[in-house]
Amino acid sequence: MKLPEVLEMAVRTDPGLVRSHNEDAVFADAALGLAILADGMGGYNAGEVASGMASTLLATNFSRFIPTCSGRSDGAGDPDFAGHHLVSEIKAANLAIFNAAQSQPQYAGMGTTLVLAWFYDNRVHVAHVGDSRLYRLRRGHFEQLTRDHSLLQEQLDNGMITAEEARFSQNRNLVTRALGVEPELEVEVHVHDVWPGDILLLCSDGLNDMVEDEDIRLTLLTLAGNLELAAEQLVHLANDNGGRDNVSVILIKVLGEYPVPRGWWQRLLAAMK
Amino acid sequence: MAKLILSMDGLVLKEIALNKERLTIGRKPHNDIQIDNLAISGEHAVVVTILNDSFLEDLNSTNGTLVNGQPIKKHILRNNDIVELGKYRLKYMAGEAEPSGDFEKAQAFRPGMAKLASEMELAPTSGSPTRSNIGVPPPPPPAPTIPGAAIQLLNGPNAGKELELTKTLTTLGKPGLQVAVIARRPHGYFITHVEGKQFPVVNGQALDAQAHPLGDHDIVEIAGIKMEFFLKA
Repeated sequence: MKLPEVLEMAVRTDPGLVRSHNEDAVFADAALGLAILADGMGGYNAGEVASGMASTLLATNFSRFIPTCSGRSDGAGDPDFAGHHLVSEIKAANLAIFNAAQSQPQYAGMGTTLVLAWFYDNRVHVAHVGDSRLYRLRRGHFEQLTRDHSLLQEQLDNGMITAEEARFSQNRNLVTRALGVEPELEVEVHVHDVWPGDILLLCSDGLNDMVEDEDIRLTLLTLAGNLELAAEQLVHLANDNGGRDNVSVILIKVLGEYPVPRGWWQRLLAAMK
Repeated sequence: MAKLILSMDGLVLKEIALNKERLTIGRKPHNDIQIDNLAISGEHAVVVTILNDSFLEDLNSTNGTLVNGQPIKKHILRNNDIVELGKYRLKYMAGEAEPSGDFEKAQAFRPGMAKLASEMELAPTSGSPTRSNIGVPPPPPPAPTIPGAAIQLLNGPNAGKELELTKTLTTLGKPGLQVAVIARRPHGYFITHVEGKQFPVVNGQALDAQAHPLGDHDIVEIAGIKMEFFLKA
């Protein structure tokens, strides 16, 4: 089946109740199988510029790459190749944001987090930088698939603090990696299998800082039949709990399988559809 | 500094800084914000600003003043509140504390942070600024708790049965046929259509796709089952 038939996507982004600017940027396209969420930071409106650059650059450049790789059984469809390409596009976006920040004084110090999900051949490539997250709801089990690049996560990993203390930590929003801060960037990419019925959630920290995982799980479970409403409800929950930050969510529901046609016969069939 | 953005039909007309203690809104020319439209009363409303707080008061206008869709008499303005007077809208934007130069740097990154933080050398000392709470007012007080509520089935095999709405979301109906959800939010209970061709009926009126606030003793009909919503004292 083709991607737009098997992926349902819902997107919401909201400034929250406290901030006047929305520095988050989102992009989602079921036909490309691509979802991007970026959470910008930096004075005045520079955060918006950084997150906007990240999502726009990646959406544009990556969407040129995607059509060339579908339907090919050679190297281009190879997950390793695709993964490398993904990393190089993110590094290019990093450099573009870094250069803008260096050359324009009003953008000095800007940066952005990123979480990107690309659905291809019954799998999803997940790339992330910073503390924007990807969660998966599978058969009632809700799981965080990304690990924040944040000071808090490192303190947790080192055993300096417990999960209970982390909930009240003052450092929860200090990220250790972001796009646009340094010319070099380390991107974390993982490939996960995808099952029909899975619901994936990309979100900025405005959601997971304000809403407990259990409440997110309950919302997705209850409203799985209406993805738009589920996205809306998540934003409501964040705002009802104080809405201290911009909140963005992208929900993706997988309705069926999407294997890439491999033999010439399957390619012909796919072309005729 | 806080400000109001005046617009009509999505068109921004002007920005008004809340730089005086008393700012009047009305149709007559002596108002600080004059809106020359017959739906606006001569003296319609006033915004009183004390330090960082702004209060909106309706001056017994003929057509009333709405904040976020609810009619108000007096209201403490919160960031992004939408005030409606007739066809005109005023968006309230809370002022941001002016960040100092140092603050701004800290808000993003210190050079090298991205590379070195894994070595824990740059662990910030306590009280160091975080991305989330710089230059913003303190978080709003925790949401007020609302009274409990329940629904009672009025017909069907389980007539008389009561269901307490203790969760943030409670679904009603039959999956595949018609499902609606009641969301428990700090300012009340809201019913929304989830799936199915038929929309829920509240007090004889079919809903649209929007969330609908539930009032005490409202009669809701979903998938042929009638039920009564009521608040618990």
